Amino acid sequence: MGWQWFHRLGSPRWFYEKTSRWMFWLALVTVVLLIVGTVWGLAFAPMDSKQGNSYRIIFIHVPTAFLALAGYYVMAIAGAVGIIWQIKLSYMVMRSAATIGAVLTFIALLTGAVWGKPTWGTWWVWDARITSMLVLFFLYLGVIALQGAYQNGVTANKASAILALVGTVNIPIIYKSVDWWFTLHQPATLKFMGESSIDISMAYPLLVMISGFYCLYAWLMLHWTRAEIVESEQKTVWVRDLLKG
Amino acid sequence: MHPVRRQRLFIILFIVIFSSIAVLLLAFALRENINLFYPPQKIVAGEAPIGTQIRAGGCVVRGSIKRASNSLKVDFRITDGVVSLPVTYMGILPDLFAEGEATVVSGKLDSVGVFNATEVLAKHDENYMPPEVAEAMAASGETEHQQTCNKI
Repeated sequence: MGWQWFHRLGSPRWFYEKTSRWMFWLALVTVVLLIVGTVWGLAFAPMDSKQGNSYRIIFIHVPTAFLALAGYYVMAIAGAVGIIWQIKLSYMVMRSAATIGAVLTFIALLTGAVWGKPTWGTWWVWDARITSMLVLFFLYLGVIALQGAYQNGVTANKASAILALVGTVNIPIIYKSVDWWFTLHQPATLKFMGESSIDISMAYPLLVMISGFYCLYAWLMLHWTRAEIVESEQKTVWVRDLLKG
Repeated sequence: MHPVRRQRLFIILFIVIFSSIAVLLLAFALRENINLFYPPQKIVAGEAPIGTQIRAGGCVVRGSIKRASNSLKVDFRITDGVVSLPVTYMGILPDLFAEGEATVVSGKLDSVGVFNATEVLAKHDENYMPPEVAEAMAASGETEHQQTCNKI
């Protein structure tokens, strides 16, 4: 069977050299999308009929929450690949996804609270959506903490990958919580199926921001993983040559 | 796929599937407790405890808000489209609180079936639209109070 390509993908050196050429262009696309989305969303999109201007936090809140969920699958799948194929690079991706995911989840929780105060009248309420999102934050932190709890890198990787895999059950719960239970958080505005309940003039900048955040996520992941590679492979000849310039 | 790797794959699938089943059973067992609030139907039917701190949620009935002229006291009714529950509250209401909008109130139910709220939160629906569109648009939406209140 042709699994060679897969094992070659697992070579840190191959990955590092391959991605070097992408970094600049990915960063460029990210910056352009985020600038266009921010200016469009904050300055040109109309205000909301009920919330006025405070709804504009949606342009940060929704993309970060989206990626906090999607990034969890990135982390769990990378962990699974690491366990099955014993690929070092896969664990590096998992560790990067944990850090970035924790930051994204924190931003989503924070922007939600900032929006909640003027809209709902409270910073925080223990409803199913917000609580399960807090659990997601702790899962990310748990993976990071577990990683640091072991002296032995192999054991640490395996243990945190299993925690990441067990936590995947939380993702559909977060996503469906607003439909399964009575919550203060409103149901989804952007829908994968059916018509979205956001006016088109607000949906376009939101979609630009979401694609911008996806690119930002990809860039951050590559950047973090490359840093992990340089750190863990620092004794190899090619990294020494690289650092010498 | 190498047999050892296939075995590891099965172990991972086993972990994911069985931990998911465990958590989902837990959530199913606790489903009533995970709900943030009682719908008016359950409170009127006597399924909610009297005299303990609970939350109720629904749409504010149009034309039901009555403000006292000499204090911050306000009375209104909330509904899920089937029955309505009288609520009384003393305090400042959030900006988005209005007739025909969703709200979540927390407080105690008294023996005559009036909900004495100590906190009133506005619940925003999932619709986002500019003011002109909102004015031009005729009411449309679902009746479930988890979603928009337009039809109630």
